[in-house]
Amino acid sequence: MTAMARDLSPLSKAESDAVARRRRGRNWAMFVVLLLLCAIFYAITWVKMTKS
Amino acid sequence: MSDLTPVRRDDVAASHVVPGDADVRDWIALLKPRVMSLVVFTGLIGLLIAPGHLHPVLGFTAVLCITVAAGACGAINMWYDRDIDAVMRRTQSRPIPQGRIMPGEALGFGVVLAVASVLLMYLATNVAAASVLALSIMFYVFVYTMWLKRRTPQNIVIGGAAGAFPAVIGWAAVTGSIDLMPLILFGIVFFWTPPHFWSLALWANDDYERAGVPMLPVVAGAKETRKQIVIYTLLLVPLSLLPCVLGFAGVIYGATALLLGLGYVWQVWLVARDRQDERGVSLTKDAPAKAAFKYSIVYLFVLFGALPIDRLFG
Repeated sequence: MTAMARDLSPLSKAESDAVARRRRGRNWAMFVVLLLLCAIFYAITWVKMTKS
Repeated sequence: MSDLTPVRRDDVAASHVVPGDADVRDWIALLKPRVMSLVVFTGLIGLLIAPGHLHPVLGFTAVLCITVAAGACGAINMWYDRDIDAVMRRTQSRPIPQGRIMPGEALGFGVVLAVASVLLMYLATNVAAASVLALSIMFYVFVYTMWLKRRTPQNIVIGGAAGAFPAVIGWAAVTGSIDLMPLILFGIVFFWTPPHFWSLALWANDDYERAGVPMLPVVAGAKETRKQIVIYTLLLVPLSLLPCVLGFAGVIYGATALLLGLGYVWQVWLVARDRQDERGVSLTKDAPAKAAFKYSIVYLFVLFGALPIDRLFG
């Protein structure tokens, strides 16, 4: 097998659906991570400003 | 390091492997969540027992940073070790050898998380905690993963320092400095790591041998490994009593450390006395080593858990 041996024929309907499902999962995960990051930065700023 | 040949997932052998099409679970697996749990726990203990006060939001952020940094180390480690992961049974199903995550993606993921965790630690706490966090990441990646792991059977001994940093980081996040107590906690994890990993290495010996990783059982044999496990455990037990002896902890911790230590010495004694052939190969499928490995995990969790309990009720 070569370094990047992959089947390049078109995806079947089931495979295409699975790819879309995984992509949707990653997008949601990224959304949650970014939301959490915003919340953390907001909370840190709030705590630091309150302290000072 | 040899170039990686991605292997398809066994369960979808006939289907496509689309680059960058990993499941969220694959990205989480890249962070080595099981290793993270220990690191988070010791970091949290360092934070809880440190003198002083840290706002809960900042404390949460500090623990989060330690967690993310540990995950980043895991991702970079999997990127670097992808060739040996592919030949070891224990690691063959990881996302990179299976071709679900491309090596470059894993490296990028790890580096971004590492940098972000250090910056966030600095913003939330102080420069001391951020510096030790950065040092621990660099130590794990450059000293352990890239330098020691494939070159010396002492890889675990010196590499164990990387896993010993979180308690120091947690302490530094609260106090902004490094004192004797976090250094003792560092020492406990440092001396705990070799017997913990060598117990695992005794029964995963074939895997390490096939991958060419010079773990102690591969290089020096099972007999010598058992001897070293006993030596390190005998060093660990008195060290674990130091917080009590020096007055950093009370009777609750002292009694817990003593009982746990005696239990651990008994476990490694069974490892040393395991029925074996003339080459030292276990005739019991390394059952005592498996038991000692499990006990070592409980040992560290209960030992460190006793510290805040002692502070609260002692």
